[in-house]
Amino acid sequence: MLNKEQIAQRIAHELRNGMYVNLGIGIPTLVANYVPEGMTIVLQSENGLLGMGPFPFDGEEDPDLINAGKQTITTIPGSVFFDSAMSFGMIRAGKVDLTVLGAMEVADNGDIANWKIPGKMVKGMGGAMDLVASAKNIIVAMQHCSRDGKSKLLSSCSLPITGLACVKKVVSDLGVFDIDHRGFVLLERAPGISVETIVNATEGRLHVPDQVPEMTF
Amino acid sequence: MNKVVQNAQEAIFDIQDGMTLMLGGFGLCGIPENLIEALVNKGLKNLTCISNNAGVDDFGIGLMLQGKQVKKMISSYVGENAEFERQLLSGELEVELIPQGTLATRCMAAGYGMPAVFTPAGVGTEVAHGKETRVFNGKTYLMEHAFDSDFALVKAWKGDTQGNLIFRATARNFNPLMAMAGKITIVEVEELLPAGELDPDQIHTPGIYVHRIFQGLNYEKRIEQRTVKPRQD
Repeated sequence: MLNKEQIAQRIAHELRNGMYVNLGIGIPTLVANYVPEGMTIVLQSENGLLGMGPFPFDGEEDPDLINAGKQTITTIPGSVFFDSAMSFGMIRAGKVDLTVLGAMEVADNGDIANWKIPGKMVKGMGGAMDLVASAKNIIVAMQHCSRDGKSKLLSSCSLPITGLACVKKVVSDLGVFDIDHRGFVLLERAPGISVETIVNATEGRLHVPDQVPEMTF
Repeated sequence: MNKVVQNAQEAIFDIQDGMTLMLGGFGLCGIPENLIEALVNKGLKNLTCISNNAGVDDFGIGLMLQGKQVKKMISSYVGENAEFERQLLSGELEVELIPQGTLATRCMAAGYGMPAVFTPAGVGTEVAHGKETRVFNGKTYLMEHAFDSDFALVKAWKGDTQGNLIFRATARNFNPLMAMAGKITIVEVEELLPAGELDPDQIHTPGIYVHRIFQGLNYEKRIEQRTVKPRQD
């Protein structure tokens, strides 16, 4: 099984030079650590920044400069600030090339649930509903199963929906999946994970091609 | 034309119980610290607050929640606040969670004089309940109304005596949008300058949107998630 860093590392393979990318909180944030050498991508932070740099050195934190996870960050040459309406304007207008976010559940038609557990968690959707409603290309980073072993790749989401039929690709701790009319399409297995394990861990429709390579890093 | 008032207390003299307020900021970044303190001291009740977040337990809007001053919050994300969660689960506090881009755009619409906007955010979710939808070019959109708020409380970096504003870094966030959206907009600034001191090309918010402005004091600017990398020797 992949750990969180490895999930992020695998998602980084999807980056292309010159992309504008929005990374969600959690595993998606780690993707920034694996941008291939020589490639330039521009990170969008929906609280109003394009060109997000690394965390500051100790003592150089600026309380006016944070990311969407409220962490202190830095700018890089070419960075630009803007207000929240313009930030979501560029998201809505499809200017952001790739969105990576976490999920509690994904359905085999691309529905995603990641903002609310009724009676338990009421934190809110933040920018997730705006992102999934408009992004051209959405990759979800997630654990394949819950702690008690229940599949989170489902035929339909049981939790309140964040967006409909929007997820294009899932990278879980077990494998990489496209989502199309066939449901989840198994593209790659995590090292040491069998197709059978993935079949058993996937409640939604799963298409298994004849050849499913093990992923390489 | 001089829009300067002495302090936060004077600036909020006509805010009353039960009113609807917009408060700028993202997390604790760019929040109107002086104005929140004045609202707490004045003990106003039954307020409806439109703000992206609800502060933390002991800072920002969290201070107003401690004093049970808030009847309803309209926000996109309200984690990091235990008292908030307690009041919500006990039914003392009403909460309307809306997508962050929708929140921003409903402010913008008010400031641009547009009664409503269409957004795809929330289509097919519980956010869409009871809302009118329209299909444009085969895609479904929700109609979202411009906010109607009595006051907007805003924090800017620099401002002048005519109310022109400049924001700094990501402390800009919702502030310029809310500044445009309030029936009455009150602004606190880190640096208040005479008109003419700000470069007209660099001003983010024209003073026409601003009714009162004052020099803020004693900014704490608390950091919510201090995240640093070690220095390499």
